[in-house]
Amino acid sequence: MKSLEELKALKEKMQSKMGIRNDDNASARVVIGMATCGIAAGAKPVMKAFTDEIARRGLNNVAISQTGCIGICQYEPVVEVYVGNEEKVTYVKMTPDKVARVVNEHLVNGNVVDEYTIGQSKL
Amino acid sequence: MHELSLNILDVAQNSVSAGAKLIEISAIEDTKRALLVLSIKDNGCGMDEDTVRNVCDPFFTTRTTRKVGLGLPFLKQTAEQTGGSFLIESQVGKGTLVRAEYHTDSIDCMPLGDICSTISCLVTLNPDIDFKFTSVKDDKEFIFTTMEVREILGEDIALNEPAVAAFVEEYLKENSNH
Repeated sequence: MKSLEELKALKEKMQSKMGIRNDDNASARVVIGMATCGIAAGAKPVMKAFTDEIARRGLNNVAISQTGCIGICQYEPVVEVYVGNEEKVTYVKMTPDKVARVVNEHLVNGNVVDEYTIGQSKL
Repeated sequence: MHELSLNILDVAQNSVSAGAKLIEISAIEDTKRALLVLSIKDNGCGMDEDTVRNVCDPFFTTRTTRKVGLGLPFLKQTAEQTGGSFLIESQVGKGTLVRAEYHTDSIDCMPLGDICSTISCLVTLNPDIDFKFTSVKDDKEFIFTTMEVREILGEDIALNEPAVAAFVEEYLKENSNH
């Protein structure tokens, strides 16, 4: 059974990694719509997929945060991605399956996954 | 919403918007009496009497961006459709308590679902707010607070670090009664 004692080991591991964190890296932000509409459409598993994928890849310059309803409920789950000073990209109708591609292509390699964006949505 | 834990996630966002510093969420179940009580308590800005009276009307909201507010009406409905009850108490400047009671033997009682992932999701999204989660099933009690996690991690490590979030979710899943 996991105990909070194990957090101490995690803390030491994280502190040793902190030294190599480079804050000059362009930081990125993933903002997930977590209002009633977003949650009902499946925002929670999408958020978990982002957290897991970012942890798995050890990306320490990406922050995950939330926003309320931005008024396009029919396109939820909606995820906005901000990379550095670039214009925000709005991904719509996200699913956990789409997350790995967004992390890999957009957050890591800097290429927007056009087909998931609101501009490409045929709905 | 297909599980109650999603309603909890939704309604807890109200506490976040109310500027709460501490949000207490509990799931207390008595399996013999087939009763489940879910509650969300915060120390946010609270509401005046008029707002509390209207808050379960789906066409009432304090937001200016939209004309509907569905979170609380949905939660109320999930409880009342099982023959259970719903209560909301609030005091300006002190905070709000939302309490929903379910008859779990009712055919209309939705499953509680993954409450542990709801809690870890809230912690990850709101690393500066403290959360207390109480999970009671009959005589088994489990309490988790972010205060104890913060104490171990110190000030340098935020609660929304992905590795911490993953730990919290796993810890809750292994220890919680729900």
